[in-house]
Amino acid sequence: MDALSVTLCGVELDNPVIPASGTFGYGCEFAEYYDINCLGTFSFKGTTRAPRFGNPQPRIAECGAGMLNAVGLQNPGVEAVIAEELPRLAKVFHKPVMANVSGFSLEDYAYTCARLDEQPQVGWLEVNISCPNVHGGGMSFGTDPAAAASVVRAVKAVTHKPVIVKLTPNVTDIASIARACEDAGADGISLINTLLGMRIDLKRKRPLLANGTGGLSGPAVFPVAVRMVYQVYEAVSVPIVGMGGVSSAEDVIEMMLAGATAVEVGAANLVDPYACRDIIAALPGAMARYGIENLRDIIGGAHG
Amino acid sequence: MKKVIFEIAENSPLAAGVYRMRLAGDTSAVTAPGQFVNIALPGHYLRRPISVCDGEPGALTLVYKVVGHGTEAMAAMGPGERLDVLTGLGNGFDTALAGDRPLLLGGGIGTAPLYWLARVLRAEGKRVSAVLGFNTGDDVFYEDEFRALGCDVTVATADGSYGVPGFVTDALRPGYSFYYACGPEPMLRAVCEKASGDGQLSFEARMGCGFGACVGCTRETVNGPKRVCRDGPVFRKGEIVWTR
Repeated sequence: MDALSVTLCGVELDNPVIPASGTFGYGCEFAEYYDINCLGTFSFKGTTRAPRFGNPQPRIAECGAGMLNAVGLQNPGVEAVIAEELPRLAKVFHKPVMANVSGFSLEDYAYTCARLDEQPQVGWLEVNISCPNVHGGGMSFGTDPAAAASVVRAVKAVTHKPVIVKLTPNVTDIASIARACEDAGADGISLINTLLGMRIDLKRKRPLLANGTGGLSGPAVFPVAVRMVYQVYEAVSVPIVGMGGVSSAEDVIEMMLAGATAVEVGAANLVDPYACRDIIAALPGAMARYGIENLRDIIGGAHG
Repeated sequence: MKKVIFEIAENSPLAAGVYRMRLAGDTSAVTAPGQFVNIALPGHYLRRPISVCDGEPGALTLVYKVVGHGTEAMAAMGPGERLDVLTGLGNGFDTALAGDRPLLLGGGIGTAPLYWLARVLRAEGKRVSAVLGFNTGDDVFYEDEFRALGCDVTVATADGSYGVPGFVTDALRPGYSFYYACGPEPMLRAVCEKASGDGQLSFEARMGCGFGACVGCTRETVNGPKRVCRDGPVFRKGEIVWTR
């Protein structure tokens, strides 16, 4: 094993850096810019059973050190992903990919996860119970321990690959929800999805986003994410994928010290399409500066 | 798409709140009029998408309007300063559709990308007409530049303070082979409804990334959801679905 490699739910990653769902499409745009096989893996665009257009415009707003999005899970639906996106991806990406799934009912989650679980390219299922930008699903499953556990059980009953549950930070006690997911059979926990936010357009004197609220991401949320990863690490024993405002190799190391086995990078990809490639390239230098020989040795290292 | 560090060669006011910035650097990814660049500005998290007003090897001209904090910061920059820019974004206009008498319709700052288009069409020997619409006479820019290319130029102002009173659609004259339009969405919609024949229209949008990753700028089309940044910003008239 190499100094950067980690093992996520039994699958080895060359490095812990994973572009986060919703910031990397289905991979092909970025494959035009650099060889995406340098990534640990990536989490593809949140996929639902049926195609979704998403929310009306505008969907994007800016703020100090970050952004809000209210895309609302635009995606072509799981059958189009299997028929079109995965074959296209196979030509440019030769590692297992993380399949990000959203739903509006237990049946939705189970159906979509089962379909993606059958695909040889898929290495992990990342089950998003935390999208703040859709109504009647998404985050409503992720704000209650019993509801979160019911999604995990429904998915685990019909799949074989590791199931990583993506949690929302918009809760009082994220550790209890993580614990409920672990008890229900989750193989890993990823966090944090975006924080619910709002901007108001001073000219129109109305919320700027057509959806009203949006999800806050970018460097602004990094300390919140580190704190929550730290708390969840104390609460569960399954691996954690940490994310939220990660923008540098140092941020990756900090997130791993808090308890993350792997680290997703989101908004940074939108500002600089080369962000993940450059973070991976910067990791050995940053490790040397902080006296780190192997990244896998520092997971949870900040805990006494 | 190519990420390039440019040096600002010039940044000067052109009309009310409108500036022209000339950049020196690698323009190899900029291939068609109607494309845009996405500019990183210190202290602002997201980049600012700006259409290319003119391009030649080693130099880009941007004409932009100050509409918020980002463009305000851009206007304050001076020659010699450097900018981190994603270049060659979007599809651009298709000059093969022009026919022999193309008409260009510009609304406000949407006039900017039509300048390069006009230059290319003139170089191809086309008889180019341009109708440029602005709010007031103080907002008018590039009238002389279009004329210097040999275009037949009509300027319209909404308040009637300069040129033809009214909107670009009030100054339309028949006899064109194909039209190209860029401007605010209400103008583009009016053009689609009032201008006869076929055309290409370039849209503005609030973008996250500018290169197709975030799907923040998606709009519905007859061919399904399309990203303004990646599948556009130029769309054929027949593709467009008006939702607002």
